[in-house]
Amino acid sequence: MTELWNTLVYYFSFPFVQYAMIVGLLIALCSSLLGVTLVLKRFSFIGDGLSHVAFGAMAVAIVAGLTNKMIIIIPVTVLSAILLLRTGQNAKIKGDAAVAMISVGALAVGYMLINAFSKSANVAGDVCSTLFGSQSILTLTKSEVWVCIAMAAVVLAVFVIFYNRIFAVTFDESFAKATGVKADAFNLLIAVVTALIIVLAMNLVGSLLISALIIFPALSAMSLFRSFKQVIICSAVISVICAAAGIVLSVLFSTPVGSTIVCADIAVFIVFRVISMIKER
Amino acid sequence: MEQIICHNASLGYEGSTVVEELEFTVREGDYLCILGENGSGKSTLIKTLLGLHGTMSGSIEWGKDFSSRDIGYLPQQTPVQRDFPASVREIVLSGCLSKMGMRPFYGKAEKKLAAEMLERFGITKLAGSCYRDLSGGQQQRVLLARALCATSKMLLLDEPVTGLDPRAQIELYELIADLNKSGITIIMVSHDINAVKYATNILHIGSRRQLFFGSKDDYLVSHAGRSFLESGEAERETENKHEQKGENA
Repeated sequence: MTELWNTLVYYFSFPFVQYAMIVGLLIALCSSLLGVTLVLKRFSFIGDGLSHVAFGAMAVAIVAGLTNKMIIIIPVTVLSAILLLRTGQNAKIKGDAAVAMISVGALAVGYMLINAFSKSANVAGDVCSTLFGSQSILTLTKSEVWVCIAMAAVVLAVFVIFYNRIFAVTFDESFAKATGVKADAFNLLIAVVTALIIVLAMNLVGSLLISALIIFPALSAMSLFRSFKQVIICSAVISVICAAAGIVLSVLFSTPVGSTIVCADIAVFIVFRVISMIKER
Repeated sequence: MEQIICHNASLGYEGSTVVEELEFTVREGDYLCILGENGSGKSTLIKTLLGLHGTMSGSIEWGKDFSSRDIGYLPQQTPVQRDFPASVREIVLSGCLSKMGMRPFYGKAEKKLAAEMLERFGITKLAGSCYRDLSGGQQQRVLLARALCATSKMLLLDEPVTGLDPRAQIELYELIADLNKSGITIIMVSHDINAVKYATNILHIGSRRQLFFGSKDDYLVSHAGRSFLESGEAERETENKHEQKGENA
């Protein structure tokens, strides 16, 4: 036990491990806050679709040889978020089909681009790390950490200031519209913030696992708690604890960061479900 | 005093007309029941009254000191709400949002108003309960309390008794009638024949056009009214026959 503790202290003396922890916790916090709204609005799949779009954009950035990949990834993902929301309303192609179409399309094109044009010697490794986020969380620079802190602060501020209106729009869009809440504007805001979180979270868990970060804490919290505020708080707490545990465990046992965090989320989900089943008896 | 004057209005959206030549007035204290088949433009009329759509031609005028913001709305339930983790207090409070302007959080005035509304509908004890655990009738009370947090002038109810058992339906109708007696104007959209009983005025929309507008008593002897009531009774008879058959089998 002391040996493990010593290893942990040793690893956490490195700045890059500290950075990983800070960024990891912030991302987990933001994604869980928004996750509750996304799950309740039946938008879970938009998160999944957007993460694939982010992968596609990342591939373009890699091929173009950009050092700051965010210049391409952020605008493309935000734009897709807006588009997906629009198609949901106009419904020429139904919402879920549009999401599926865009997400697999972006995956295929992204992988194709990387394969055809990448100058890197290790294409498979590049793809794997963008999809599952194997190393990128441990290679963050100081400036990237600051960007992440700033974006997390924005997300948190937006969420707290508009909390009551987000609740109203999530619970009952028609009533919210009738009382003069600009529901469409809030849907747009939610989509844009989701896109930003997904871009941030790509560093942590990779684009394939982001949805897990959004969905699991929300579903766990919803199975036990019965008011919106409790669900939001519980979901945030679960997500932060799971991210911390996941990062620590992955450092100790050299497992991949992203999947370790998601496994922790799954474990909590199962425990909460069991508790709620016992309570309902 | 007139609150809504609808004159020769055609309604629709994205360039296609849904219903034409609507002509009716709503006065303070009225209980207007809007009847019509599915697809007759009732939902479009609701959206127009709430100020979410414009009219395509004709006009809807608002009375003095009255606008679409003074309508408290009771929408139909959505599937999202059935498993939504929200407490009754949170939902009722959200009705106050229209009075908050740019303020982000609820103040004392909003909390007091919400508490009064909970009391008025006899659901104070349920304030901490989860919405999805309530019965259908209790849920409608919560939504009524929320609507009256937004306004106390007029309520617009969209098929409020759908999905309730017969007893809860009657309770809700009585509750709405009481609200009407206390001075709140009621507009109820329905295809339920029992809704007619409580109304003072009827607006009946057929396919694409208005079939009747006037007092309930006139409606009951009109052609439109008689055929609507007969079709309802016929429906009930066939239902009874089905039930009897079911029992025999």
